[in-house]
Amino acid sequence: MSIQEFVAPHSLSEAKGFLSDGAAASVLAGGTDLLVGVRLGTRNPERVVDLKKIPELTAISIDAEAVHIGAAASAFSILHDSDVPSFFPGFAEALDLIGSTQIQGRCSAGGNLCNASPAADSIPALIANGAQCLITGPAGDHQMPVEDFVVGPSKNALKEGELLVALILPRPSPQTADAYLRLTPRTEMDIAVAGVGVSLTLDENATCTAARVSIGAVAPTALLVEAAGAALVGTQLDAAAIEAAVAAARQSACPISDKRGTSEYRTHVVGVLVARAIAQAQARIVEAVS
Amino acid sequence: MNKPLNKMAVQATINGEPTAFLCSPGQVLADVLRDELELIGTKIGCNTGDCGACSVLVNDRLVCACLVLAAEIEGQAVQTIEGVAEGGVLHPVQQKLLEHAGLQCGICTPGVVVAAKALIEHNPNPTEEQARYWLAGNLCRCTGYDKIIRAVLDAAQQMREEAAV
Ligand SMILES: Cc1cc2nc3c(=O)[nH]c(=O)nc-3n(C[C@@H](O)[C@@H](O)[C@H](O)COP(=O)(O)OP(=O)(O)OC[C@H]3O[C@@H](n4cnc5c(N)ncnc54)[C@H](O)[C@@H]3O)c2cc1C
Ligand code: FES
Ligand code: FES
Repeated sequence: MSIQEFVAPHSLSEAKGFLSDGAAASVLAGGTDLLVGVRLGTRNPERVVDLKKIPELTAISIDAEAVHIGAAASAFSILHDSDVPSFFPGFAEALDLIGSTQIQGRCSAGGNLCNASPAADSIPALIANGAQCLITGPAGDHQMPVEDFVVGPSKNALKEGELLVALILPRPSPQTADAYLRLTPRTEMDIAVAGVGVSLTLDENATCTAARVSIGAVAPTALLVEAAGAALVGTQLDAAAIEAAVAAARQSACPISDKRGTSEYRTHVVGVLVARAIAQAQARIVEAVS
Repeated sequence: MNKPLNKMAVQATINGEPTAFLCSPGQVLADVLRDELELIGTKIGCNTGDCGACSVLVNDRLVCACLVLAAEIEGQAVQTIEGVAEGGVLHPVQQKLLEHAGLQCGICTPGVVVAAKALIEHNPNPTEEQARYWLAGNLCRCTGYDKIIRAVLDAAQQMREEAAV
């Protein structure tokens, strides 16, 4: 490995200093992409800036409005040491699908997002939940929706010297629930053929008042399919509404063909998963309010 | 000309012992354990997080030592396979792997032991499905997994019984 320097700043301002003095720097969260990339020769940073000593990057907090997840908090700590899974069971399932226990011990949701793989499991779940990225950099702090953050395969919207501080998910009402489903050839340690994140809100008459549907692994980036959500709002999630959402998702998909599946297969599967994820989110709400 | 690699001095606790070592900034923990500290029980299979042969605990968290920079463990506690048996007494997971013939060549075994012990500490009464998912990142080319899983469930049961008395 060609890494010449390792630094572990304790504050955001210190970290920003290490990212803005001209050195070829890469930030390190859990390293499950970065260190694999260095090993394979696809990444070649001179300086590695470990983010895990910065309190804001690993903190998880829940207030009346939102759930804040530090970008470098590990999947294991989100899943086992926080209340996040009770608010977002679908997002939690997405994290629980990443790699193995060992990988979850290190990998972060922020790293999964910044790495911007088209098949990253947490991204559709974040988009479905309306998550915002809190970004800091030389020009100060700003926020951006997750669906705008990923701009292409392995490309995110961060500018020179910027880093992702936290993911902010609006706190769901008891009438809101999410779901994430993916299809892989193996049950564990595999990459999605297609992935679907859904978040629904139902009113007391079981009418859908808000819906977000996001699809992964079937386009260069995970997509928010606004037409799929719109097809559900105002309905009682009857068969026609679900069929319209499925059709909208299939229409947005433009997958590649590879060893995990042909383009036609992925397009079909993403629709199947949309229907199942809607049913699962709906069942979660019914169960929570009954 | 190559720049001389600036070695870093790291202090950590390894298997309960305060330990100091020098590493280069890009050196991974698995290499430091094996090459600098002579803790060669930790194996390296893939070096990319896929096989689990390098499983260790860092601050009680199960990780792949091939995907941790040694410099990251400054001030942290690492547990490796060398710290599992107490003196000459095997841990129940090790004893049951022997009894159930849960190993053949043995290259995956240190990682399996470290991961299975962490499972039982996290969940003393795992179902077979939970054990299989927890250990899904520990690849074994020899046993077909069944004997490993039976050994782990048996060890968990024995540890529950011992805890009850
Ligand atoms: C064996 C194995 C199996 C896997 N299986 C899956 C799977 O099933 N599904 C899946 O989605 N993924 C899978 N992955 C990839 C997954 O582990 C990573 O995408 C992980 O989530 C990245 O998080 P990290 O904390 O390890 O990031 P790192 O590797 O530390 O960072 C990832 C990238 O993002 C950048 N970065 C990290 N944090 C920030 C930040 N706060 N601000 C700016 N940039 C940042 C880094 O510089 C790097 O380029 C697997 C990986 C392995 C090794
Ligand atoms: S050597 Fe670390 S996972 Fe294979
Ligand atoms: S015993 Fe040979 S790889 Fe598991």
